[in-house]
Amino acid sequence: MVTELGHFALILAFVVAIVQMVVPMIGAQRRWSGWMAVAEPAANIQFLMTAFAFGALMHAFITSDFSLRLVVENSHSAKPMIYKISGTWGNHEGSMLLWVLIVTLFGATAAWFGGNLPPTLRARVLSIQAAIAVAFFAFILFTSNPFIRLAVPPFDGQDLNPLLQDPGLAFHPPFLYLGYVGLSMAYSFAVAALIEGRVDAAWARWVRPWTLAAWIFLTIGIGLGSWWAYYELGWGGFWFWDPVENASFMPWLLAAALLHSAIVVEKRESLKSWTILLAILAFGFSLIGTFIVRSGLLTSVHAFANDPERGVFILIILAFFTGGALTLFAARANAMEAKGVFAMLSRESALVANNIMLAVGCFVVFVGTLWPMVAEMLFDRKLSVGPPFFELAFTPFMVVLGLILPVGALLPWKRARIKRTLYSLRYVFAAAVLLAGLVWTLQSGRSLLGPIGLFLGAWVVGGALVDLWIRAGRTPARLLRLPRADWGRGVAHAGLGVTIFAIAGLIAWEQEDIRVAQLGDSFDVGAFQLTLQKVEEGRGPNYFTTQGTVDLSQNGRLLAELHPEKRVYPVAQMPTTEAAIDYRFLRDVYVVIGDQQDNGGWVIRTYIKPFANWIWGGILMMGFGGFLSLTDRRFRVAAGARRQARAVAAE
Amino acid sequence: MRRLARIIAGAALAMLMALPVAAVQPDEVLDDPALEARARELSKGLRCLVCRNESIDESNADLARDLRLLLRERLVAGDSDAEAIDYIVDRFGEYVLLQPTVNGSNWLLWAAGPLMLILAGGVAVVYLRGRAKIEAPDNALTASEEARLREILDK
Repeated sequence: MVTELGHFALILAFVVAIVQMVVPMIGAQRRWSGWMAVAEPAANIQFLMTAFAFGALMHAFITSDFSLRLVVENSHSAKPMIYKISGTWGNHEGSMLLWVLIVTLFGATAAWFGGNLPPTLRARVLSIQAAIAVAFFAFILFTSNPFIRLAVPPFDGQDLNPLLQDPGLAFHPPFLYLGYVGLSMAYSFAVAALIEGRVDAAWARWVRPWTLAAWIFLTIGIGLGSWWAYYELGWGGFWFWDPVENASFMPWLLAAALLHSAIVVEKRESLKSWTILLAILAFGFSLIGTFIVRSGLLTSVHAFANDPERGVFILIILAFFTGGALTLFAARANAMEAKGVFAMLSRESALVANNIMLAVGCFVVFVGTLWPMVAEMLFDRKLSVGPPFFELAFTPFMVVLGLILPVGALLPWKRARIKRTLYSLRYVFAAAVLLAGLVWTLQSGRSLLGPIGLFLGAWVVGGALVDLWIRAGRTPARLLRLPRADWGRGVAHAGLGVTIFAIAGLIAWEQEDIRVAQLGDSFDVGAFQLTLQKVEEGRGPNYFTTQGTVDLSQNGRLLAELHPEKRVYPVAQMPTTEAAIDYRFLRDVYVVIGDQQDNGGWVIRTYIKPFANWIWGGILMMGFGGFLSLTDRRFRVAAGARRQARAVAAE
Repeated sequence: MRRLARIIAGAALAMLMALPVAAVQPDEVLDDPALEARARELSKGLRCLVCRNESIDESNADLARDLRLLLRERLVAGDSDAEAIDYIVDRFGEYVLLQPTVNGSNWLLWAAGPLMLILAGGVAVVYLRGRAKIEAPDNALTASEEARLREILDK
């Protein structure tokens, strides 16, 4: 019964979305305030209906209602509750429902907080947001309906892919989707502005928080995914340049670029048309990401539903929204006249350089991801484009970005004197070079990657500190009184530096050991001694496990008892590895147990991963910096200020 | 039909993942550490043909193991890195290379980034020059604005 109500609510939401798409748009065109006012209640109803539908689906998963085809295919009665809940979006149909739920959520929040927007702009934004929702409602209802019943329900389900039964991955899709879909707001604002023919500082001030929120979610979502890969896949890799990872990375890069270019629009009223273009492209890449994942065009672990019919449907959505917006852009971009004047050497130029690096980096990832398909279709060559390509072709852009970041952040608007800025960074530069040189002499004969990464990381982090210091007028007491936006910028930039350093350090100084160990054997890896104490068979709620006990000690002192496992999920017929990791500030020790050998010994793999935590620490810092910036007074009080101004004018 | 395809795909996936714990097994490791290091480095650049975007160094599939052994055989036989890679590419096609070659149409792939950078840089420089050249907008008030201002001030 709940399921049918959910299905009905979904159809109702579809109809409401159509109304919200058409009526306010006409209203805004004709200046009929009654028609424009339809948008807000419609956005609320649409959100409530979709939330109800999603809740109904979740209810089916929680109660293990095996008369629903989707539940049978993706759940099992013995599965722990948290994975029954996360199973709601751990499949194609459910994840698309989550996607559209977030589209309607963002639409509703725009209706709640949009009180101070000009009425025509608000009506148009909500109408375009509804158009996106309409496309995805149609996609769900016509090609991937989650509410389909089975005539003969089976006794139990086929279980969720065991790799997905993990806390890190349970919350990875919702965050990513919040990010992807958050960019739909930037898109709606961009298209609405094109229709209005007006982009000004107020518009940029409106778009930035949405973009920032989307970027924060994307950052955390990508971080969660990479952390999951690190501990779950059994060899501690954290980024594979897989098509699906790239699909989330491209919008992230463009969202980062958009954040920075919107600053120029807000503060200096320049780069308007470029910012609009970025907003369109950023959401376009979110759609491309969805297309890549859902069509199974590029096969990968994430493509749990490969279906050409669905792929074509999403391709049509993609072509309509990106193509339509780009056509509109071509027709109207000239109307966006820039006002600000600035010299070649200025913060404006530095932000342009930032945008070039991020956008070209994104372009490289895009070409690399699609190249195997292009080569096969056009040149009849079957080839692969893997991590070595991306490392060579993409990394240089990020290195340049890291090099110019501290300088650019310190340059003043309009006209800068480079010597002065460089002079204030002299200590940071010297310290970074010194550190890198020290490490280079200490590590003798290893790859140059470590010292270079250390230099770049120290340079970026140091630059962020100097930035804060100068902002505070070189007075410690003023540091705490800086606006949150300044702190946000400092923390986010420093986070990038930490992540750059950690990735380089991990790759350069990682140690690995593979061996067969008998029970009771002790062996050395790096500075650590490991002892295989015992190996036991056991069982969990829905799996069988082989669990080893390995003592980890250093200089005769016991540091930890580690329990690497390998599991077999009998229902899904799938084995997984559960690495045991001793997390420490400066390094992780990562132990994996393998198969038993003929001589009775066990394969034990040990990795020492220096600075592994710093990767995710840096990512968290970036997200937190974004959050600080989002809570800045400016975004909160701007609304009130304008309302006051209007009240005064009316007197 | 589609259902059948899905079942086959699922079964194939299950088979690929039949060996849970990954990659290089102790019995594959060569005695000569220098040779082994070369083998590891090379196998990071070779694709496991039946996997999703994994190198043979990471993969646990049987075919990846066979390729690892084959690569080590060639290295022990005295092949240089390039010869060993060529040997494998001759038999399995350029699909095994995770780092695509620069031959033929592939130059487009490699040049895409630098070309785009030059293009974007050029456009940016033209734009920035234009911005710098424009005279600062005339901030002087128009006659009517000035009249209005005087009116306000005189009040």
